[in-house]
Amino acid sequence: MGRYVLRRLLQLVPVFIGTTFLMYWLVWSLPGDPFAGKCGERPCPDSYITAMRDKFNLDDPLLVQYGKYMVGLLQGDFGVNYKDQSVGTLIGNAYPNTIKLALMALAIEAVIGLVAGVLTGLRGRSYLDNLVLVSTLFLISIPVFVTGFVLQIALGFQLGWIKPVVSSGAPWEQLIVPGFVLGSLSMAYVTRLTRTSIAENKRADYVRTAVAKGQPQRRVVAVHMLRNSAIPVITFLGTDVGALMGGAIVTEGIFDIKGIGNLVYRAIGAQEAVTVTGIVTLLVLVYLLANLIVDLLYAVLDPRIRYD
Amino acid sequence: MTDPTAAASGAAVAESAADFVTAAEQVETKPGKPRSLASDAWHDLRRRPLFLISSALILLILVMAAFPGLFTSVDPTHAELSRSREGPSSQAWFGYDNQGADIYARVIYGARASVVVGVLATLLTVLLGGTLGIVAGYAGGWVDGLLSRIADIFFGLPFVLGAIVILTTFRASGSTNVVKIVALVVLSMSVLSWPVAMRIMRSAAISAKQQDYVRAARALGASARRVIVRHLLPNTLAPVLVYATIALGAFIGVEATLSFLGIGLRPPVVSWGVMIADSRDYIRIAPHLLLFPAGFLTATVLAFVMLGDAVREALDPKLR
Repeated sequence: MGRYVLRRLLQLVPVFIGTTFLMYWLVWSLPGDPFAGKCGERPCPDSYITAMRDKFNLDDPLLVQYGKYMVGLLQGDFGVNYKDQSVGTLIGNAYPNTIKLALMALAIEAVIGLVAGVLTGLRGRSYLDNLVLVSTLFLISIPVFVTGFVLQIALGFQLGWIKPVVSSGAPWEQLIVPGFVLGSLSMAYVTRLTRTSIAENKRADYVRTAVAKGQPQRRVVAVHMLRNSAIPVITFLGTDVGALMGGAIVTEGIFDIKGIGNLVYRAIGAQEAVTVTGIVTLLVLVYLLANLIVDLLYAVLDPRIRYD
Repeated sequence: MTDPTAAASGAAVAESAADFVTAAEQVETKPGKPRSLASDAWHDLRRRPLFLISSALILLILVMAAFPGLFTSVDPTHAELSRSREGPSSQAWFGYDNQGADIYARVIYGARASVVVGVLATLLTVLLGGTLGIVAGYAGGWVDGLLSRIADIFFGLPFVLGAIVILTTFRASGSTNVVKIVALVVLSMSVLSWPVAMRIMRSAAISAKQQDYVRAARALGASARRVIVRHLLPNTLAPVLVYATIALGAFIGVEATLSFLGIGLRPPVVSWGVMIADSRDYIRIAPHLLLFPAGFLTATVLAFVMLGDAVREALDPKLR
């Protein structure tokens, strides 16, 4: 196991460098002069431009720029943007909101998805089963921004049950509806995954044994079936955490949550390349690590899988 | 997020890719009537309501995209500000948008751009990912290692974020060239999703390579090219086809999401995504601006997802 983890970590390095370099190159080649309009109504003085180009190493070849940036990043220095705000602080302020939203979405999709999946998987073909299948199909097909807007209008503006936009501290109770919107697609996948998994395991030998031993139905389902059926579901949820932590540009935009997605979207619009590269690097790292953890989790949950 | 994850949700297909390849061996042949996997699947499909409904819907959408004139005689770009945001009426079934253009006509004409983007992005993704995947799977060794690492790099980019950065970087500002606008959106979507198609194709190719007929062909001296084209390709197509059907729907949704963010298609192109983006600021006072294009969009995505489901169930013997 230890050697497997080490090998995977080593494999991550080139992927990490490749992905972040690709993004670095794209972001710094955003069209337009990055310093236009930074000095009010008049063009910037040459001394300012020279100082700025020097500060961001813009006169070095791209590879050197990237290298210098990465060296700074490894020492925990995200750099400062054009307004002299520390990018690290910006990320530090925004990330807790994104993590809260992601946890909320995860909790909602896991609970509803698992319950719906277990119920339909046990019943087999029935009215409830068809109802759940059709609703998962719908959830998969509706774009997130449509769900978001419809819920915002219906619950927020017309019924007045929720606040249409989340206030700055992003308190938990205001994140329920945004979390539902964000998690709705994955909820559909969790439901379908659990359903197939349960339906497959229903016929397994160990379930028949448990029933034959005279175990009550509840124990058979909760202890024997659920544990084995949960493996693919948990790995799916793990991958989803990696994606959710990346911030939800659309959901955060609709409900005006001051999270990482909002921050990066604004930064792209304002051509703040430093902020964008900082966030992207962080997100890529989180995503890659989440995938690695999911692979390891697989081996922990399913003793039949051994990494040697 | 609909979009990215659904396009990336090939995961489900990827895991069962090996089953598709060996599916032919498990087909139950009814006495006296041996059938190939394809014809067996077709026989099975024809009787599924899910398949019939979804293909009818898709056919309708395709006709709409090809001959919008059949459904409406109103010019979708003709706008009169005096009737701005009027609700549905007998003159205009779906009402008028902010500029006073007929929403029904715009929805009908919008099908073309949405479908074209979806089809082109899927084709490009499958061709690129499929070719690299089959080469990686067949060659193995360092070729496989190299191609897989390159795919990992693109796979590591967050989809929406990557698309935003690519589109903002390469977008020719103010260009009204329809072909250019569409091509850029198609390219950026394909660049970010080909690794999924490649992984599916690669795992199918690896399990097909170990089959006896491939070994026999190689023992008889068939060239790599012949083995890939004549033996691997027909047997690895099924999982990629299933992925392509689902991805097609997802890409149409992605186009709408990107247009909604203001970086996808844009006028003069008429598409559902553009209409939804235009409605963004008026949703509270005129929800019909959003609901009609969103409804068509959802129905289209739904049709493709259902078709993909039906085809997968028909091709995968484990689910029968």
